[in-house]
Amino acid sequence: MCQDCGCSITDHIHTDDHSEGHTHSHGDDHAHGHEHSHEHQAAHETLSHNPQLKDSKTIAVITKILDKNNQEAAHNRAHFDKHNVLSINLMSSPGSGKTTLLEHMADMVSFKFGVIEGDLETSRDADRIKAKGIPAYQIQTGSACHLDAFMVHKGLHAMPMDEIDVCFVENVGNLVCPASYDVGSHLNIVLVSIPEGGDKIEKYPVMFRQADLILITKTDLLEHFDYDIEHEKAEARKIKPGVDILEVNIKDAASVQRVIEWIEFKRKMRG
Amino acid sequence: MHEYSVVQALLEQTENVAKENDAQKVTKIIVKIGVMSGVEPHLLEIAFNTFKEKTICDGAEFVMNIQPLTIECQVCKTVSELEKIHYCCPKCGSIDVKVVDGEDMFLMTLEME
Repeated sequence: MCQDCGCSITDHIHTDDHSEGHTHSHGDDHAHGHEHSHEHQAAHETLSHNPQLKDSKTIAVITKILDKNNQEAAHNRAHFDKHNVLSINLMSSPGSGKTTLLEHMADMVSFKFGVIEGDLETSRDADRIKAKGIPAYQIQTGSACHLDAFMVHKGLHAMPMDEIDVCFVENVGNLVCPASYDVGSHLNIVLVSIPEGGDKIEKYPVMFRQADLILITKTDLLEHFDYDIEHEKAEARKIKPGVDILEVNIKDAASVQRVIEWIEFKRKMRG
Repeated sequence: MHEYSVVQALLEQTENVAKENDAQKVTKIIVKIGVMSGVEPHLLEIAFNTFKEKTICDGAEFVMNIQPLTIECQVCKTVSELEKIHYCCPKCGSIDVKVVDGEDMFLMTLEME
């Protein structure tokens, strides 16, 4: 490659437009004079005025399409870091028990947390959380099927960051779209409940690929469903070999406690 | 159906690149869509062709290259394209694999005039 201009035409002599027309010495065993080279000039003419391109220009961009979202997500993460807050994105289908889990955790945790809620309509989830004395901010997405980093950024400034240790982002109930958007969380927890049926992990691999922890919820209903929990765990680990998986039954405080312990452990591991 | 949001981001990005290059019109867009990126290519194409109207991309050709999931085994160093979504080296069976490609969406090339 030509060191002067980065072009790929290698067999040319450097064209130098120094008005003095002086000669460079490179200090090693070769020294070459810089003369005007018509060959190189011609080569550049061909490149920029290729008659076949008819004034059209082809540019290699190679940028992630969601680049802007990712930048905002990094900004959100930096903000959480600055306040020493661990941020956890909760994702699942509607009705798998995200809000209920948070309600139950409120009475049991040793750390303080806040919740940024995402729903298409209503502030019901935020109201449920606030009723527990937990700071919550509701984002109504209108028709958007997921939260993105820009929406979460708004919620972030509504959170009392200096008073909390953990900030949950309860995403819009949906196993598809939220998986493509980094919202700036440190960890992702994905819930899947027994009544949803035993094929959700295989059907929505992009979502479960994002999970740091999978919670199989409503396990008290196992006896009513034909659900092979070990098979589901094996499927999850085909998609994400190292993923942690816990079984949760909200009526069994010990199972909720294990989720809390997982979060505590992650907090400790971040220093 | 978040393909609309993805197209919005893509149109914005394209407009910026076009502006930087003093282009009046974008004639062709090439994107790379990973099979594990979470978008449905067919829906993305429909969304793009719907929303490109009256933008700098009006009339532009939309080319999607579907990128299979590609992993590099950290044990035997084999690079494989996976047919099934199973993050495991097909050669030696190790699960210590690094994803090389197939989990993201990229704007690759723009043709402008």
